Amino acid sequence: MAQFKGTERYVASRELEVAVNAAVALQRPLLVKGEPGTGKTVLAHEIAQALGYPLIEWHIKSTTKAQQGLYEYDAVSRLRDGQLGDPRVHDIANYIVRGKLWDAFEAEAPVVLLIDEIDKADIEFPNDLLLELDRMQFFVYETRKTVQARHRPVVIITSNNEKELPDAFLRRCFFHYIRFPDRETMEMIVRSHFPDIRRDLLREALNVFFEIREVGELKKKPATSELLDWLKLLTIEDMPPEALRSSDAKTALPPLYGAMLKNEQDVHLFERLAFLARRRGG
Amino acid sequence: MFAPFILALRAAGVPASITEYLALLRAMKEGVADFSVDDFYHLSRAALVKDERHLDRFDRVFGEIFKGLEAPEGEAPREIPAEWLRRMAEKILTPEEMAQVEALGGFDTLMETLRKRLAEQKGRHQGGSKWIGTAGTSPFGAHGYNPEGVRIGQDESRHRRAVKVWDQRNFKDLDEDEALSSRNMKVALRRLRRFARTGAATELDIPGTIGATARNGGSLDLHMVPERHNAVKVLLLMDIGGSMDDHIRICQELFTAARSEFKHLEFWYFHNCPYERVWRTNRRRRETERPMMEVLRTYGPDWRLVFVGDATMSPYEIIQPGGSVEHWNEEAGQVWMQRLTRHFRKSAWLNPVEPTHWRYTQSIGILQRLMENRMYPLTLAGLETMARELAR
Repeated sequence: MAQFKGTERYVASRELEVAVNAAVALQRPLLVKGEPGTGKTVLAHEIAQALGYPLIEWHIKSTTKAQQGLYEYDAVSRLRDGQLGDPRVHDIANYIVRGKLWDAFEAEAPVVLLIDEIDKADIEFPNDLLLELDRMQFFVYETRKTVQARHRPVVIITSNNEKELPDAFLRRCFFHYIRFPDRETMEMIVRSHFPDIRRDLLREALNVFFEIREVGELKKKPATSELLDWLKLLTIEDMPPEALRSSDAKTALPPLYGAMLKNEQDVHLFERLAFLARRRGG
Repeated sequence: MFAPFILALRAAGVPASITEYLALLRAMKEGVADFSVDDFYHLSRAALVKDERHLDRFDRVFGEIFKGLEAPEGEAPREIPAEWLRRMAEKILTPEEMAQVEALGGFDTLMETLRKRLAEQKGRHQGGSKWIGTAGTSPFGAHGYNPEGVRIGQDESRHRRAVKVWDQRNFKDLDEDEALSSRNMKVALRRLRRFARTGAATELDIPGTIGATARNGGSLDLHMVPERHNAVKVLLLMDIGGSMDDHIRICQELFTAARSEFKHLEFWYFHNCPYERVWRTNRRRRETERPMMEVLRTYGPDWRLVFVGDATMSPYEIIQPGGSVEHWNEEAGQVWMQRLTRHFRKSAWLNPVEPTHWRYTQSIGILQRLMENRMYPLTLAGLETMARELAR
């Protein structure tokens, strides 16, 4: 059986590995939750890479219907073809458009199917996929055909917790909650992305990063992806580590803060706090 | 095999079902967790817990059921970095506490005891990696060591494997009975949001019409659907000032969380108990004041009314005319309360005070009665119950 381990670019905790392996072994969906920016979507890419399977991504929006993942009957083009007298019109199968789930089921080799941000969709969405994900098959009414998975795909589902998922759905999944990485893990993560980052720069950057995260009232706390963006900018700009020590710099904000603080209230708040801290310190 | 474990989980409020139990057993059979307690812990967590709010409960039950399960030997910390401990202690203990430590024979004696205890535990192999900081009888616990901070070895990466992960209770913050963060609240408040199609069919269903027409072979077939809108309208009345000052932050969180959730959300402030006037902005109270009767007339009975307040005041402020602390009120607070709860079909009161303290405050009891027991604590669980009540 293929085993999932963290890759060079993705640091996976042991608990995550166990959860993924359990889901793969039992061929059940793995539901991944966690703070935005902790690498839920990236996880699917890494699993696909680690297992050597192709990845099929299905990004969910508020308007997505479960049926769209299976197939769609393109009645409009059939109507048009009917008006124009196209001979294709007689075979309804010409107007069945396959969805992502169909693609995953009919694939020659096993695939990883990512259902991204399932909580964005309507509340009934997960319920509508229960049977399909359980049996890995569905019925096409128009052509009276059952589509059956040749190989059960590895299904990864991510959720940002915007809606409660129904119990019946949850019962069929394995669940993993990605915790926010601690400093040590964060260092590993950064190193896996920037293997030759300067040690002192990294230390200062992490200091600033965790300091910002500790500010309780931020609207959007910076997460791993923001930190990586910021570090990338810092290395491109070739910023000296001293510049990150905001306490003695002229401005209270760390350089290139735009990568981490995403709205102006947060920027103001941080500025004010940094100012207060400096006054107390000085 | 693990039946008692599942039962204990269910008793603790983790909704694990037979399906999940079977999945766990199958995964064990597949060899996902081979001979490692930690892996078994991770596996059973992934299989049995489906909601991060239950992770903390799971950890507690796991710790209880599998107490005494040992990490493989050779992984318990054998050496204590004494210097490190001392540093920790100096950082954490106040001078008075340090003096107490001195009185007990000084730091070195304490370290000696600690060393002995560790050796003893290793020998017994029973609860061997139990951290000294958590042991109730340990002199370390008794002297104000932070149990989180002094778990020996936790800061040292080479000892990390020996830490029982479920003893760390990393997910405490996610338990629904713990205090709220603004994100948690959003989750609970979303319950209130009912994306329901209500009312008569008023909107032309274009995709439906096209679909039906096409299926009809080109002859027009019109379809209508009811307009889709967020059916929930919420009126928030928040207690501000006085005894509420402690809770203002948590209320503001509730408020910001709520604001992004509803299309129709109105908020007004009152002080202690609602009387004939409410206001919009606390800082510009005089200019933004409105008579309560006008509020009653403005918002129809289909609005959900939510009070946020600690309901902690003198009972006279509720039951007596003129009982208010800041002005002469012609009618008693309870008259206004009754008027409000009668006008709005659905109402609830959120109280940031812990429910265990409710019965010690008379005014909470009175308001609880006026609200017909629809007072809920300001926690995730309380919010959920409230939302369920209001959405019904």
